[in-house]
Amino acid sequence: MTLNVADVTGSVKSALLAISEAKDLAELKIVKTEHLGDKSALSKASQALGKLAADNRAELGKIVGSAKAEVTAVFEAKLKELEIVRDLKVLSEERVDVSLPASKLPKGGLHPLTILTNEISDLFIGLGYRVAEGPELEAEWLNFDALNIPADHPARTMQDTFFIEPLESRLVLRTHTSPVQIRTMLENKPPIYVICPGRTYRADELDATHTPVFSQVEGLVIDRGITMADLKGTLDYFAQSIFGPDVKTRLRPSFFPFTEPSAEVDFFFNGRWIEWGGCGMVNPKVLEVCGIDTSEFSGFAFGMGLERTLMVRHGITDMHDIVEGDIRFTRSFGIGGR
Amino acid sequence: MKIPLSWIREFSPIPRDISLEDLENAFVNVGFEVEGIDLQGKDLTGPLVVARVESIEELTGNKKAIRYVGLDCGEGSNRFVICGATNFVVGDLVVAALPGAVLPGDFAISARETYGKTSNGMICSARELRISEEHSGIIVLPADCAKIGANAIELLEINDVVVDVAVNPDRGYALSIRGLARELAASLALEYSDPAQKVNTKDFAINTKGIQVSVEDKSALSIVYIRTISDFNASAVTPLWMSRRIEKCGMRSISLAVDITNYVMLELGQPLHAFDAMKIDTSLIMRRAGSTKTIKTLDNQERKLNSDDLVVADKSTALALAGVMGGATSEVTGKTTQIALEAARFDPITIAKSSRRHKLSSEASRRLERGVDPSLAEISSARAIALMIELGGAKYVGSSSSGEPKYAPIVSFDPNFVSKYLGTEVSLSEVEEKLTIVGCDVAKKSTTNWEIDPPSWRADLLLAPDLVEEVARMIGYERIPSTLPTGKSGTGLTPMQYRKRSVANFLAGNGFSEVYNYPFVNPDFVSQLGFVGDRAKSFRLANPMSEEFPDLRTHLLPGLLLTAVRNQGRGAKDIALFEIGSVFRNTEKLEAQNVVGTDRVPNEATKAKIYKSVPNQPLHVGAVVAGKLGSDGWNGKAQDFTWVEAIGFARAIIEETGNVSTTSSSDFAPWHPGRCAELKVDGKAVAHAGELHPRVIAELGLPERSCAFVVVLSALGFPETKKLQTLITMPAAIQDIALVVDGSVSSSTLEAALRAGAGDLLESITLFDRYDKLGDGKVSLAFTMVFRAPDRTLTAEEVSEHREAAAASALKVCGAVVRA
Repeated sequence: MTLNVADVTGSVKSALLAISEAKDLAELKIVKTEHLGDKSALSKASQALGKLAADNRAELGKIVGSAKAEVTAVFEAKLKELEIVRDLKVLSEERVDVSLPASKLPKGGLHPLTILTNEISDLFIGLGYRVAEGPELEAEWLNFDALNIPADHPARTMQDTFFIEPLESRLVLRTHTSPVQIRTMLENKPPIYVICPGRTYRADELDATHTPVFSQVEGLVIDRGITMADLKGTLDYFAQSIFGPDVKTRLRPSFFPFTEPSAEVDFFFNGRWIEWGGCGMVNPKVLEVCGIDTSEFSGFAFGMGLERTLMVRHGITDMHDIVEGDIRFTRSFGIGGR
Repeated sequence: MKIPLSWIREFSPIPRDISLEDLENAFVNVGFEVEGIDLQGKDLTGPLVVARVESIEELTGNKKAIRYVGLDCGEGSNRFVICGATNFVVGDLVVAALPGAVLPGDFAISARETYGKTSNGMICSARELRISEEHSGIIVLPADCAKIGANAIELLEINDVVVDVAVNPDRGYALSIRGLARELAASLALEYSDPAQKVNTKDFAINTKGIQVSVEDKSALSIVYIRTISDFNASAVTPLWMSRRIEKCGMRSISLAVDITNYVMLELGQPLHAFDAMKIDTSLIMRRAGSTKTIKTLDNQERKLNSDDLVVADKSTALALAGVMGGATSEVTGKTTQIALEAARFDPITIAKSSRRHKLSSEASRRLERGVDPSLAEISSARAIALMIELGGAKYVGSSSSGEPKYAPIVSFDPNFVSKYLGTEVSLSEVEEKLTIVGCDVAKKSTTNWEIDPPSWRADLLLAPDLVEEVARMIGYERIPSTLPTGKSGTGLTPMQYRKRSVANFLAGNGFSEVYNYPFVNPDFVSQLGFVGDRAKSFRLANPMSEEFPDLRTHLLPGLLLTAVRNQGRGAKDIALFEIGSVFRNTEKLEAQNVVGTDRVPNEATKAKIYKSVPNQPLHVGAVVAGKLGSDGWNGKAQDFTWVEAIGFARAIIEETGNVSTTSSSDFAPWHPGRCAELKVDGKAVAHAGELHPRVIAELGLPERSCAFVVVLSALGFPETKKLQTLITMPAAIQDIALVVDGSVSSSTLEAALRAGAGDLLESITLFDRYDKLGDGKVSLAFTMVFRAPDRTLTAEEVSEHREAAAASALKVCGAVVRA
């Protein structure tokens, strides 16, 4: 077998042409066998080298080696190029409609009252308060008497109370979470910083704005030197956290048996004043019954309806939606978004 | 209370041009909510004139009575109008709207043809002029009250502003023109003159003439006045200025004698009662009803008396339910010429009790149960007598009284307390000025000790904070600055509060929707669900919202099931609900709490008794799944939710609390008796879960195989904080084992046996296959066991030893045979 430079150069030329003309990986594979395989001209040239005389072999060996290297490099480049083309085609064929819904994924939610209660609890925990809770079925004494609402006082008729049979049991469904305040004061020494969220009951018919079972959050602070300005500041902070940083509050004189002075608190939201809740400085009669020394300590308390807060914040216009347990309502709140 | 501004102006110069907004704010700023402002006469334009009825022609052949009336309107000739009312006769003075007038409701008056006649105007009723709700006929004016043709808008003082003011229970004095005029004047910093001080009482001194009064129960009232007059002109009518004021206040004009008592009550705040003195047997006695059984009140109702009711009686019987309503027998009538007038300062609680017992809330009881100025018994009765003499031609006979007015005590007060309590600087001169404005007498003993004598009408000013409120009201609450105190007792959420949150988040995150059901249940429904024994023992409400739901829930499922049904009714397909809430079981022996005073701190024993009167109220989490957690979709069906998942969720919740439960089969309503698991922690049942009873499902119309679970969150302990070992990073050796056991062997028992035999190197064991078609009641259960050693790679020999030990244990405990 003869081996000359011109043949090698010709083989390289035809190999490079074949590689460049390969249109896909299958064609390239054939090209590879033909021009780089064992039976290809270049491989045969390599095999022929062994039979050459030593002086000739070195020179031609270089030529054949570089020829093979050149063809291999071009082949590798072409292979990569065609692989990318193939991948693009395959991935493009696997394209999906990403807007399709994941119906099988379960979708639940927390009731917004839970979300709001958590939010308010966290807010006040951040201010150094504790969250205090108590029973919903409560002793009349804790719900009324200890709060300076004696039997037959007109103030008791302000709240339509659910009583338990027999009346001698002196049990009521609490009309506010204030009995939790009383329990807290009876069992703890000041300073006391608590908020009391929970379910409360008043015999109002269910309509667009009323429900006989509702939720309240009350706050109670007993410490040295507590002033009505502290009450105002706490309400400002509370309102701004719930309704937005620009929200203003105002206090209006009012009456509650358990506070003196008493006030209604309103907040200015979406261009109007909205009644939010009641508040005031804790009446010394209440503090004294709970064993708190009024010469040393003073305190404030406030209470708001959570349903009303939700309705205003989320533009809910019908109380039925909050109480009827429709899953569409709960789901729309997710597990803690606003 | 409704008050006309025209009447207020008699005692304080309220500016004519005050805006409605300023007027409302003036009340709100001092603590009175304004429920409405009625601009009377706003949409009324004349001519509206006084006319005399000259002729009446009854038109027949109509469905109702129609009159063709000739009126003298002072125009020289008579004017004829059609009128549908019949409560007038020729000679009466009436109010006529002439063509060109516009009545409220944009009702333009013009000459028109009707009933075959020309009607040249209209005779008006009070309601048509929107000055009262009275519509039983047209207005008949008192004879000679005005000239024919006079402007009736002026005569009737129609143009007025009537403010409806809400009065809080501590401010009984403000249920009067006297009180509200004082508040409005103070709020607007205007002059005020007290109507009570204008009353001359000297002419009506106490003597022994007329009806005498005695008080049998001195705890029921502090002071009472009875004043007697004679020669009252029974046919005298109430002058327009008085009847119009009474009407503007929302009451009705009845007769001169009664109108005078109401007028004085509205003006001063003291309820008065007029007795026909001829009907009184000898004298009046203020006493408890005792053995007197009944009384017929003014509204002609025969009322059963409670022995504790306070009555005004004569020698023979009860004449009035004191402070609440007068009696029919001694009522002032059109023939009454001798009147005994009663004014008393009753004990508010006595009146409140009577009023509530008889479900009778009157203008009088509303005021008396809030407490009336004790000085008014004398003053208001004198004022009323004077009016009866002036307007009814009466002659004064005599007065009797019993008791003494009792006033609020003097309060020792450090005026610097105001600034300290409000958190803003209020100067001492300002404190003095504001306390004086509300009626207090201030005696300054030193700069830190003032003696405050509250006014007669403020029995509520007893403590320093009461006085602070008065000052704060008068300087305006907007003066109070905003400072934010922070707590010194915060310890974060309690373990139970964390538990509630994590359980709620867990369920919501897994596809359950949280609901808050009312805890009111129907006992028939509860028993229909199969609740019996302690689980059905409820508390009953004395006054439920509806007779259908009188009981408190003993379990969360009744409410959850009905809510699931409601959702289904609204078209929901896959319904997964949960609720976290208290249940109320009437299973403890509760010690009814005695009435405890509030004059001192209850001692430990009393506190314990109060707490023990309240039942324990366990906290449950309950869930109902009707359908699936997810929904079937375009890409296939969602996973079924079966008893397996129900039990799994209950178990997961218990695990979430750090507790370990064991599961056993249970027959527990309202679950399927063969598909209900009872989960126990430390031997105590804490949860039930599984498929609902098919009968319950069918009765409610829920999807077949609906499931439920309930976990008693408050029954689960709080294990110590978890301690975790360092994770082993050596390679795991995985062994599968399939075992054939009798179908009666539970998978958890088999798993426990394998676990016990496998030794300490077993890291986890998981059931991955179950096959029950082997026959002979046998099932095959296949587990994957993962072994791992902390310090080395396990050899094949070691692992198979452990596997065989596990199999041996399974054989021994459960008779399990390794499946070939």
